[in-house]
Amino acid sequence: MLEEKHNIKAWLYLAPAMILLLVFTFYPIFNAFFLVFLRDFNFLAGSFDGFTLTENFVYILNKPDFKKALLNTLMIVFVSVPVSVILALLISAWLNSIKKLQGFFQTIFFLPYVTNAIAIGMAFAFLFHRNYGLINTIFNWIGLPSINWVGLGAGYWSSMFALLVFIIWSGLAFKIMVFLSGLQSIDKQYYDAAKVDSTPRSRIFTKITVPLLSPMIAYITITSIIGAFKEYTAVIGMFGVRLGPAGNDGALVTIVALVYEAISRSGSDGAYSEAAAASIILFAITLVFTLINMQVSKKRVHF
Amino acid sequence: MEIKLEMLTKVFDNKEKGLTTAVDKLDITIPSGKLIGLLGPSGCGKSTTLYMIAGLLKPTEGKIYFGDENVTDIPPEDRGIGLVFQNYALYPHMTVAQNIMFPLENLKVPKAEAIERAQEMADLVGIGELMDRKPKQLSGGQQQRVAIARALVKKPRVLLLDEPLSNLDARLRLATREEIKRIQRETGITTVFVTHDQEEAMSISDEIVLMELGIKQQVGEPQDVYDKPDNLFVAKFLGTPPINLFDGHIKDGKIMIGDANIGQLKTDDKEVIVGIRPEGFSLTERSSLKVEVDLVETIGRDTTLIIENPTRKGETFRAIVDAEKRIKPGDKIKLNVKPTKLFVFEKDTGELVN
Repeated sequence: MLEEKHNIKAWLYLAPAMILLLVFTFYPIFNAFFLVFLRDFNFLAGSFDGFTLTENFVYILNKPDFKKALLNTLMIVFVSVPVSVILALLISAWLNSIKKLQGFFQTIFFLPYVTNAIAIGMAFAFLFHRNYGLINTIFNWIGLPSINWVGLGAGYWSSMFALLVFIIWSGLAFKIMVFLSGLQSIDKQYYDAAKVDSTPRSRIFTKITVPLLSPMIAYITITSIIGAFKEYTAVIGMFGVRLGPAGNDGALVTIVALVYEAISRSGSDGAYSEAAAASIILFAITLVFTLINMQVSKKRVHF
Repeated sequence: MEIKLEMLTKVFDNKEKGLTTAVDKLDITIPSGKLIGLLGPSGCGKSTTLYMIAGLLKPTEGKIYFGDENVTDIPPEDRGIGLVFQNYALYPHMTVAQNIMFPLENLKVPKAEAIERAQEMADLVGIGELMDRKPKQLSGGQQQRVAIARALVKKPRVLLLDEPLSNLDARLRLATREEIKRIQRETGITTVFVTHDQEEAMSISDEIVLMELGIKQQVGEPQDVYDKPDNLFVAKFLGTPPINLFDGHIKDGKIMIGDANIGQLKTDDKEVIVGIRPEGFSLTERSSLKVEVDLVETIGRDTTLIIENPTRKGETFRAIVDAEKRIKPGDKIKLNVKPTKLFVFEKDTGELVN
């Protein structure tokens, strides 16, 4: 009886969030699943030519750009996620162990989080500039030749490398913050106990710190993988709408970039359904990886 | 392994409070193979002392010897100590066996030998069948034993326990303190444990070290300290129910509470504080200490009389007497005081007047 009384109140409290979610999240999801089955849907005219089960999927899967986008996206996921998680782990462990200037370094590492991705992308593009960039300057100091990272006619691998460096760096801030708060909540007595038992530092890290931090690591890994599958702003930030170095347009296209590209052709027949098909494929891939991830976590995460 | 503390001092530099002396010029010799209780109220510096013996805290001044070896500047891992933390600090992601074997793996003991030694220790502390459990699946008492096994498995020279019983419920506490005593006897390891519970310290220690405000108050066998307290603090801290205190005076070699003469002491006439243990009273026909009983508590074999303190308004004192004497509230009685349970302290310093 008591519980029923509070039901209306509870729904009222939930309403603002629920309404926003319904309008901006659930409706678009259902709409995507609807659009993907329309033949030659025209967004401006609102017209379509009947229904189809597979046509839009077949079309996008056969597009040469899609294969490129898929490979780029997978590359971003499988390189940037492990590298940034491990780097963040090491940096936060180091930050946690220093006493002086801890706040200062914490601020420095957190800055990327509050800075606009497009602005940082432009700064990175300049860091990698062929003639004036810091990277090539350092290369020259240590006797290496300049490399055309992101300039006119730059190669795929060099520009992909620069992109990955950017993505890894900009993702560090949040991960470090989460790991650091996790580290600070680990009872200091575990470390005292380890010290008394003459545990080497490397073993303290691998046998105590990492296992005790495993819930955070799992959380960060799952969210980073999802985030990496959706990567788009980094490419735009560094290369603009060309999605690649000048002269090599579209070299660094990602799946989400394809979605946006299709939407930008909203006047042409089928473009929205094409975007919907790409989103749903991305959704399916992300779902599979997340399920695998959760399965692995269940076995490896303690508590 | 005999442990010797020489002028051991620890000063903490706290940003808000400034300098605090947690341990002040502590001189103690802990005999080899004994179980020693560091006892005192919270904040008396007993845990700080333990952590300095462990090496996790660095003394501000003074020296620590294990036998003839000066270990003051030796890091904890090289001191050969086993330490049991107040909340055990068992690694939650490892099984009991992995927890116990962890110190051995650090010492690169071969796996087969490590397993054997871990099992041996687990059997000693009585958790031999729980090797595959995680700490979370154990009761507080079992976790405590795992922590002791982990501390002992590397055969340390000294075993240190920080408030070993404080996380256990009352029933388990009784059982576990016997268990600690048994393990200490069987291994013969020099053991130091910290506690604020006087009953706990008295019941299992070979010797107790009583501390207050970082300063050693008295060292000795529990019963000796109880029977011959050096000062008022020691007398007050030991004993349940606590010692009764009266404002008295010495006149012509007689100990007086108000007009009642309760004993003899050859010293100058002066104001003193008189302490009498609750069990130090007996009912008698002839005594100048006449009182009226306020309340009577009979618990099992003891009857406790609660009586208004004749020298301190609003306070009461307790006298434990034979339960066979039926006494009712309101009865007027006469009390005798046993000389061995009677202590006289200086009014200003609290030192025992001999």
